[in-house]
Amino acid sequence: MAQTDRDQTDLTRLSADEAARALAAGETSSVELTRALLDRIDAVDTEIHAFLHVDPEGALAAARESDERRSAGEATSYLSGVPIAVKDVFATIGQPTTCGSRILEGWMPPYDATVVTRLRAAGLPILGKTNMDEFAMGSSTEHSAYGPTRNPWDTDRIPGGSGGGSAAAVAAFEAPLALGTDTGGSIRQPGAVTGTVGVKPTYGGVSRYGLVAMASSLDQAGPVTRTVLDAALLHEVIAGHDPMDSTSIDAPVPAVVAAARRADVKGLKIGLVRELGGSAEFGGGFQPGVLARFDEAVQLLTDAGAEVVEISCPSFVHGMAAYYLVMPSEASSNLARFDAMRYGLRVAPEGVVDPSAEQVMASSRDAGFGDEVKRRIILGTYALSSGYYDAYYGSAQKVRTLIARDFAAAFEQVDLLVSPTSPVTAWPLGDKLDDPMAMYLQDVATIPANLAGVPGLSLPVGLAPAADAASDTAADAASGAADQLPVGLQFLAPATADDRLYNAGAALERLLEEKWGGPLLAQAPALEVGAR
Amino acid sequence: MSSGISRADVEHLAGLARIELSEAELDRLAADLPAILEHVAVVQQAAGDDVPAMSHPLPVDNVFRADEVRPSLTPDQALAGAPESEQQRFVVPKILGED
Repeated sequence: MAQTDRDQTDLTRLSADEAARALAAGETSSVELTRALLDRIDAVDTEIHAFLHVDPEGALAAARESDERRSAGEATSYLSGVPIAVKDVFATIGQPTTCGSRILEGWMPPYDATVVTRLRAAGLPILGKTNMDEFAMGSSTEHSAYGPTRNPWDTDRIPGGSGGGSAAAVAAFEAPLALGTDTGGSIRQPGAVTGTVGVKPTYGGVSRYGLVAMASSLDQAGPVTRTVLDAALLHEVIAGHDPMDSTSIDAPVPAVVAAARRADVKGLKIGLVRELGGSAEFGGGFQPGVLARFDEAVQLLTDAGAEVVEISCPSFVHGMAAYYLVMPSEASSNLARFDAMRYGLRVAPEGVVDPSAEQVMASSRDAGFGDEVKRRIILGTYALSSGYYDAYYGSAQKVRTLIARDFAAAFEQVDLLVSPTSPVTAWPLGDKLDDPMAMYLQDVATIPANLAGVPGLSLPVGLAPAADAASDTAADAASGAADQLPVGLQFLAPATADDRLYNAGAALERLLEEKWGGPLLAQAPALEVGAR
Repeated sequence: MSSGISRADVEHLAGLARIELSEAELDRLAADLPAILEHVAVVQQAAGDDVPAMSHPLPVDNVFRADEVRPSLTPDQALAGAPESEQQRFVVPKILGED
């Protein structure tokens, strides 16, 4: 008979902060903690498929080194010895980096991304690389060439995307910390639908060196965790100026950990974004259960002394349209580097004697890229092509200016903005796979932050019924099985004021956990431990 | 501007993007792209001529680094992922036509 994961408690269930304190107090070792997490991965990842690659030897070696430093009394970072999972979009020496694509199958990077260098320097063992939509293009992780990741709350549902692997790993207690990237919501939306915390820092706050680029002016790396404080602790490790990234901000990192520990919204002015509140007037599509949990969370903020006002950001309604021009345009240019000449897949065209480089390139890119990547490359090529550039890419860039102006005007009136993170809860696997527009619409609330470069944090605010609950069987309805999916709320702050997100996020998290009597993930159904 | 994009247009774009699409892929993209373009075309009415374009969230121009010798990849490291290499060089298919 299969055991449930309730038997395996303690170490895997610790937050990163709790683990760090246990390590400092000598109550556990990094090796013990890392082994517990590797065992957990071994037990549940057949079902969840959060990882594309697991590196037990590398993780345990780093854990041993951290333990040795600690026992020798050497200075260690606060998170030293606390293991982490890394999205497969970051270059890692010694582990393959595929970006969920066939074109990079088996590629071993000759260098580390700067964020990975910083994780290693801080002594965090890297458990492995997490699944993602191919080149981070998608909202469900179903566009991974290596198969989808499943949502730990309901394994027939998507974990969000593109960083569904990182979010699911954290939600399934396979790792206390993970790294993600957010180009249009790929950290925050998976956080929302898996009941975890995800932060997109200010653009330029975290180095992009070694992060395989999708859309360079939008991509930003950030933390994926179970608590707001953990996200702040990880943020502090990875953030800060990097000479290897010319868009990296050369200024001190905001005091995010201190802000997360402060956790006080009294006197804060928070703006409820009218255009992202699901009004039918603006296209709607927000699930009633999502709006109900959102409204309750906003009420908690008001009760705790925040002043909540309604704010209008009229240009946000054009955000999605601008994003689906800017992003594919930049992606079509960035993905030109996959040319089958220097690394990655090379496929000779069939039936061609002595093919040219151009023919090899074209057949390799056909064989190596999946449907969604091709769709976006072609879309971007169109938007940038002669005769259409001004009408599409040029117009989208102007909308970007309008959105940045809306943010600037809003932040003259309020300290923070707030909205639901995702308009819907997790949907069934396969549901939107054949309808690209339906998939794109899931990013409506997260996109404006990327276009303007401002930071955002998503945290869980409760559970709601599935959008498709009505179509579920009567048995499901009776058992309530279809009524229990996480909902996320996002805070948005002015550029470089990431600390405000952590202060408000930690405050709301505390108020919610007081209401729930513990973290939301404690209510997640137990996963069957796979037969080995 | 209309978002008319034909199957022949998709084939031309795929050529520009150096992707050899199959007939089935051309059919599918010729069906998908007009719907997407119709949606994103709203940007054309959203901003007036007086609105400047924004290409980037940060007001950065050129960023220079000091011109000094630093450690870098060895030839072996740089060639480690190459589909084919020889004498510290990438081997590639012919890049010039016969005529």
